[in-house]
Order: sequence, then C-alpha cells, then structure tokens
Amino acid sequence: MAKRKVTVTVEMKEIEVIIGKIMRIGVIFAALLMICGLLLFYTTGKSGYPDNVFPTALTQVFYGLLQLKAYAYMMAGIFALILTPVLRVVVSIYAFWKERDFLYVYITTAVFVILIISYLIGHR
Amino acid sequence: MSNDILILLLIGLFAGIMGAILGLGGGIIITPIVTLGLGLNIKYAIGASIIAVIATSSGATIAFLKDDVLNLRVAMFLEIATTIGAITGAILTGVINPSFLYVLFGSLLIFSSWNMLRKLRAGKEVLKLTQPDKTALRFKLNASYYDKNLKKKIDYQVEHIPAGLSIMFGAGIASGMLGIGSGAFKVMALDNAMRMPLKPASATSNLMMGVTAAASATVYFFNGSIRPDVAVPLALGILVGAVLGSRIMQLLPSKVIRGIFIPVLLYLGLQMILKGTGVI
Repeated sequence: MAKRKVTVTVEMKEIEVIIGKIMRIGVIFAALLMICGLLLFYTTGKSGYPDNVFPTALTQVFYGLLQLKAYAYMMAGIFALILTPVLRVVVSIYAFWKERDFLYVYITTAVFVILIISYLIGHR
Repeated sequence: MSNDILILLLIGLFAGIMGAILGLGGGIIITPIVTLGLGLNIKYAIGASIIAVIATSSGATIAFLKDDVLNLRVAMFLEIATTIGAITGAILTGVINPSFLYVLFGSLLIFSSWNMLRKLRAGKEVLKLTQPDKTALRFKLNASYYDKNLKKKIDYQVEHIPAGLSIMFGAGIASGMLGIGSGAFKVMALDNAMRMPLKPASATSNLMMGVTAAASATVYFFNGSIRPDVAVPLALGILVGAVLGSRIMQLLPSKVIRGIFIPVLLYLGLQMILKGTGVI
C-alpha cells in the first residue's frame, strides 16, 4: 500500500510511460505493414488487384496478406493505425486501474463504451 | 505513380509537423492538396484526412507522453463529451441544417482567433487562481508540464470545466456531422475556456483527436473511402512529421505557437462560414 502515498504527478508519469510504450509498439507495427506494402508494390510493380480495386473487408485483407499482395499489406497497415487510438484507451483503463485511480478507471471505461456504441451506429 | 507517392510523403511530412505543433488534424492541408493538386474525388480526400488525423495524433502522442507534456486526465475527462457529441452528430445528420452549423462553428473559430490575439498581447500564459477551481480539484485536472523552451517545470491550473465540456460536446457534433474541425475546437476548449497553457493544450488536443477520429475511420475504411495508394504514403510521411513536430513544439516559445494559431484559426473560420453560406 506504499504506492498510495506517492504524489499524483509521479503516479501519472508511470501511467503515461506504460501507455507511451504500448502506443509506440502499435504505431511501429502499423508503419512496418505499410512499408512492407510499399516495398512489395515497388518490387513486384503490381498492387495485387485489378485497376482501381483494393480490399476493404477484413477477410479480403487477410487472404491478400497470405498471398503477399501489396495493397493488402497497405490496407492492413492503415487498419492497424486506425486501431492505435482505441488501443490507447484500453491500455489507459488498465494503467489507471494499476495505479488504483478508480475514478479514472470509470471515466476511461465510459469513453471506451461510448466509442463502441458510435462504432455500432456507424455500421448500421 | 511513384512521383505521386513521393509528393504525398512530403505533404504528409509537412502536415505532420504542423499538426503536431498545433494539435490540429491537418485536414486543412490535406483536403485541398488531394482534391485540387491530385484531382481526386472529395470522398477519397475525406478518407485521407481522417487517416491524417489519426497518424498525427498517434505519432505525436508517443513523444508527448514520454516528455510529460500532455494531460491524460483532462483528455479522458473531455473525451466523454466529444464521443457523446460525435454520436449525437451522427444521429442528427439530416435533422439540423449543416449550413447553420458551418456558420455557427466558423464564427466560433474566428472569435477564438481573436481571443488568441488578445492572450498573445496580454502575455499571460499560466493561470494562477488563489482559490483552485473545485471541479478541477475533484477530477484531479490541475497538473504540471516540463517546458523545454523555458527549461523548467510549470505547474498550471484549469477552470471553467463545464464550459470546456460544452465546447467539446459541440466539437463532437461538428466532427460527427461535418467531419471537420476536430482539432481546432479542442484547442479552443482547452485554451480559451479552461485556460490551460498552450503547449499542454495542444499536446492534449493531439491525443484526443485520434480517439474521436477512430470511430468514424472504420466506417470510411469499410466503405472504400480510404485508398491505399493515397493514404499509405501520406500516413507514413505524417508519422515521421508528427514525431519531429512534437519535438519542435516543445522547443518553441509558446508565443510563437500562438502566433501561428491566429491566422490558421481565422482561415479555418472564414472557410467554414463561406462553406455554410454557399459561397464555396
């Protein structure tokens, strides 16, 4: 319980470091997928799809990855990038919980739930 | 084709640097270049802009978290209002006349540009209340940041939390309905209403705009608005730019950042009013 005594600032710094590390992993992962896609595009000279066509469903992207299609890697990278802010919210819930800051565990969870609702509304 | 990719990388680099410094999404730079410069359909420009917002946000946030510039609690607290606003905006599409919103939000931006000018002249960056705001204390929103330009840690307070929440709700509606202005309104709430110093305000705005954009980005992803040959080079350029921008921002004096803001907000506001009144 010694941890309860640390000041708010120190506690906050720890939370930020955890979230920062995970964010970095997420962003690097997304960037690597995109770079792979660009390299495939340049080395093969092909997108892997007919003109003006690119995969938009996750299953299409997944099969394209297995077949080493350039556009599939690029779209997978973009999708991973879109998920990084969501990842940040999820990790924040955990980080606040670890620091026993329950007020902010509730606030962050609320943000996450609202995000999911808005996602569902967007996909009606 | 490969020429376009190089151009997009460079545009991204520039948009990322500016976006990270100001806490804006970079849509103002991306949309005109993609539509006018590359002659792409507006649908793909919107898709590219939303990816630009997320890339700027995620790229800049890494450095801002590490260097302890942003305020995570303020971000989370206000994000409740933005995300609810975004849902409201999505539901209200077709109920409220978008022209009205464009003019309303445009006027707000011009007002906030004028406010920035006033603050620049007054030269007072940090709020010092003798009696700390009660809501700010209750939600632990007062904090500190390390200013690399002044080379010292700066303790700051925030106030007018309900006003900040209301603006953020409005910002959510704007981005849900019109898909614009996510960053500008966040800086407005944090700087104008809550009186947070500009650097943490801009850094916190950077963090928040990614979350607001993520929900609508999946919609654009699945409906085919995001073209890989446009979005990928742009995103890669922006990621590098945002990492650089988030470092540059910390070294700049707050006055300079404020100086850049004034014309940018004025331009954004005018652009929105002209759009709302049907001139452009």
